Amino acid sequence: MIRQKGILFDSTVCAGCGECYNACKKQNNNPETNKDYLKDHLSADTFTVVEDYNNVYTRKMCMHCAKPACVSVCPVGAFKKTEIGAVIYDSDKCIGCRYCMQACPHHIPRYEWKKNNPRIKKCIMCYEKIFRGEGTACSEACPTGATLFGNTDELKKEAWKRIRENPDSYYPEIFGDDEVGGSNIMVIASVPFDKLGFASNLPKEPLPDYTAKALDKIPGVIGFGGAFLTGMYFLTKRKNQIAREEKVLEKEQYK
Amino acid sequence: MKILTLHKLSFWKIVSLIIIAVGSYSTYIRIVYGLGAATNLNDAFPWGLWIGFDILCGVGLAAGGFTICAVTHIFNIGKFKPLTRPAILTAFLGYVFVIIALLFDLGKPYNIWHAIIMWNPHSVMFEVAWCVMLYTTVLFLEFSPIILERFRLNKIYSVLRRFLIPIMMLGILLSTLHQSSLGSLYLIIPEKMNPLWYSALLPLYFYISAIGVGFAIIIFEAYLSARAFNHNIKLNLLSSISKVTFVTLILNLLIKAFDIIISGKVKYLIAPSSGLYMFYLEIVIGTIIPVILLSNKKYRENRMWLYIISVFVIIGFLLNRLNVSITSLTNFTQYSYFPSIHEISITMMIIVVGMWAFGLIIKNFPVFSENEIQGNDIQLDSEKLILSK
Repeated sequence: MIRQKGILFDSTVCAGCGECYNACKKQNNNPETNKDYLKDHLSADTFTVVEDYNNVYTRKMCMHCAKPACVSVCPVGAFKKTEIGAVIYDSDKCIGCRYCMQACPHHIPRYEWKKNNPRIKKCIMCYEKIFRGEGTACSEACPTGATLFGNTDELKKEAWKRIRENPDSYYPEIFGDDEVGGSNIMVIASVPFDKLGFASNLPKEPLPDYTAKALDKIPGVIGFGGAFLTGMYFLTKRKNQIAREEKVLEKEQYK
Repeated sequence: MKILTLHKLSFWKIVSLIIIAVGSYSTYIRIVYGLGAATNLNDAFPWGLWIGFDILCGVGLAAGGFTICAVTHIFNIGKFKPLTRPAILTAFLGYVFVIIALLFDLGKPYNIWHAIIMWNPHSVMFEVAWCVMLYTTVLFLEFSPIILERFRLNKIYSVLRRFLIPIMMLGILLSTLHQSSLGSLYLIIPEKMNPLWYSALLPLYFYISAIGVGFAIIIFEAYLSARAFNHNIKLNLLSSISKVTFVTLILNLLIKAFDIIISGKVKYLIAPSSGLYMFYLEIVIGTIIPVILLSNKKYRENRMWLYIISVFVIIGFLLNRLNVSITSLTNFTQYSYFPSIHEISITMMIIVVGMWAFGLIIKNFPVFSENEIQGNDIQLDSEKLILSK
């Protein structure tokens, strides 16, 4: 069995140097989008950013959710959660409905708005590199060890260990532990995560479960609805027939 | 008098032509320069007017097709039959133009057929896509007796007639599924939507309101076509179906009230939020006013008032769909989306072409005839297709 891979980002170790940003650009052949990497934002040409919140640095990128909303909503299955955990996208399947962008709780997928053959763009956890047994470009470039690549179960243990051993320097939670069912990217930091621009109102339940509750009712609707309509049809038809016969009888009586 | 009507006609013709000309230019921009140039959509706001209005409202407003079929052919209430054909035609054209609008909105419209072979049954959008495909086919079959009657293809009609009831049942089931599923599309974004609109019951709200607005559209259309084409539909029929709309409005309001109380959302009814006024506007225009008017016999049994009521219901419905798809998201995205000139002009062009198609079809096909085909005794004024006035 292949173990799930992921990234632990420790904001307290991050120096905000931007090496991950540069490595990601290079790995994905993305053009320069901003002279100052700290002022850049996610776009079709930028899959990760480093953000400065009063000298507390954090990264933003696809979280590679355990149960991704994008995978569940795509009508043609252009998104896939791979065995190693990376969430990848096939532009040949895509019809361009952008439901993935609408559904993503972390607000990650970006669109090539200017092209007339547009694709969704986002971090794909360098999954081709991972298959070769390497790490992600960003983790390999990180000089401080703030971006750690590894097996998710080990990364989670490491995260809790750091929080336990230095309770004063960490906010005692992992972002990505159980938000929308957890994710392969995990973040720990010295401040609450909403102070770093992460969504603070995410449910613990995986988002696809919300739609599953509605979709599960379809067979019932078809079965019950079909029976109801058929029943009503024959019932009302018979009723009309009886009414007609009675009318005929009445007429005959008056004759 | 004759000169007056001529002037009136050419005025609307000129307006339509201008709308189509501007819309064509926007279409050119959309095709050549892409979604970014043609729309005000961006990464923060990926769905705009074309989804919120053209799709959500378009499909909802076409609901009259399945509701009237249920009344006349499943519940066998024969007196409503004069309403059936115009409603089916409206629904059929509605769906065709919804699909055309979708082609504008999709980033890769040439891949639209992928949903047929690339399946993802976990996706609400996938379910909607299949239902819309199948139901448009069903609507074509439901409409086809009118074509067969026009060209006197009685043999094909007698074959089709045997399957018409199961086809209509299928249509009702498909409509039930996708009318509600348009609401289910939004179930996956509880954290992004304004709690005034987000609810696990969204599919139910969408379904009930679609039934209500479906009958409102029939009343609306009956009034206009009576003026334009002299096809008077009996007032008591329209009054009767307005009662259905009345029930759906009350039902939706009651469920919404209980829903808000039970899920502890009462505080949002007074807390200032970007959508608060829109919420009340929607409730007042779309529910309170029509409910008050419909509960009074004086208004319910007056042609003009029924028309006004139907306009309220329709506007309330449009507000609801636009609020769910646009207003409810502005708080989260911190971006106030307003459609671009191209989005608006393409939408208007689609509406104008749709109305033109409707007019052309009712001039050439026995849409308003009450008789279903009976042997060879159909009489048509002219054998030629009428292409213009």
